[in-house]
Amino acid sequence: MNSKALALYQKDFHSEMRTRYAVNSLAMFVIVAVSVILFSIGNETITQSLTAGLFWVVIFFSAMSGLSRAFVSEEERGTTLALQLVAAPSTIFSGKLLFNLILVFCMNVVITVLYSALFDSFAVKNFALFAVSFFFGNAGLAIASTIIAAIISKAGAKGTLYPVLSFPILLPLILTSVQLTLMSFEGSTFLDAKFELAIIICYDIIMLTASYMLFDFVWKD
Amino acid sequence: MSNYSLQVNNISKFFGRRLIFKDLSFEINNSGVLGVSGANGSGKSTLVKIIAGINSPSSGKIIHLNKQAEIIPEKLHHYIGFVSPYLVLYEEFSAWENLNYFAKIRGIKFNTEKISYLLEKFLLMPRKDDLIKTYSSGMKQRLKFAFALMHNPDLIILDEPTSNLDVAGKDAVYQIIEEESRTNIVIIASNEESDLSLCEKEIKLENFKPI
Repeated sequence: MNSKALALYQKDFHSEMRTRYAVNSLAMFVIVAVSVILFSIGNETITQSLTAGLFWVVIFFSAMSGLSRAFVSEEERGTTLALQLVAAPSTIFSGKLLFNLILVFCMNVVITVLYSALFDSFAVKNFALFAVSFFFGNAGLAIASTIIAAIISKAGAKGTLYPVLSFPILLPLILTSVQLTLMSFEGSTFLDAKFELAIIICYDIIMLTASYMLFDFVWKD
Repeated sequence: MSNYSLQVNNISKFFGRRLIFKDLSFEINNSGVLGVSGANGSGKSTLVKIIAGINSPSSGKIIHLNKQAEIIPEKLHHYIGFVSPYLVLYEEFSAWENLNYFAKIRGIKFNTEKISYLLEKFLLMPRKDDLIKTYSSGMKQRLKFAFALMHNPDLIILDEPTSNLDVAGKDAVYQIIEEESRTNIVIIASNEESDLSLCEKEIKLENFKPI
């Protein structure tokens, strides 16, 4: 991550503070989704496996509502050409990825805090395992969402295409993250979770490498 | 005078099955003004976008040379300044903020003197801190020249440079073209007689090929 990518992140952050393209939709989605789940559960006690699943469902759909903005907003405003004229594709991808990473981490910290406060079954016994799976899960989500956003920004029907294209790509990540979250609830050790951790780390590495290789072709017409 | 050369070798462009132009070749070295003209839809903008590395040709090759060394596509943006009506800057930022961010993203020092000179030249200095969304289309067009020239490019590509400009804006553009063409290569894609009168050479695109 070089200073040019960091400058692009700063530009995006400053732009987001002025336009609220992504933050508002993310915040509204998180609040609405968690409230609906809470009201539908009522006084019922839900299992830990269901809690882990619902936790990642909210994360997945929140990501779908906000992360595509990184590239879609540039395309919609017509500023893509200006970016193409000032930086190499790898710089653009790095800057956008950094923005999405920070956005995803902030969003998911809020979701985690809300779940911890509102759901009794959200009780983490192995916090280190939860933190590691949370980190790699979020990183994978940000990487995959960024490259998918770059692809769909060039297409029509962006809003529909984004979750449709993301679902099969993110499915291995979401399933593994749900499993790891459940294991952290049950107090499993890192040794017990080594297979799932290997999957999630490999997913992140493969997705990051493939994204940088693919982005050149996506970015240039 | 710069040591920059542009070689366009037999390039053709298709959009799907539709031919835009074919077998286009020319070369321009060191400095001067090259004009590209042709009817609407003849491929002027497509050609300048291909030269700028934004689009790819369907066949043929474009070689950019700096001091006889070929420039790799990832570094091409350091050498090119581009102005066009379809270039859009960030409306939520002021002119000064836009140029500051673009300098940082380019990885160059924000040269306050140079930026001030360009903004003065294009009569934007008093409005430099206003958001671009409050600018008229002519002011936005003038700001694009500051965006294109802030990094001292060797190849300046101007696609319809005087669109939306008033007389004062056009005069500023013609002065800049004259200044820059002494040391750099300027390519103008336009149908305006007054724009093309500045060109030393002209490529006319007609019936899918240069004439």
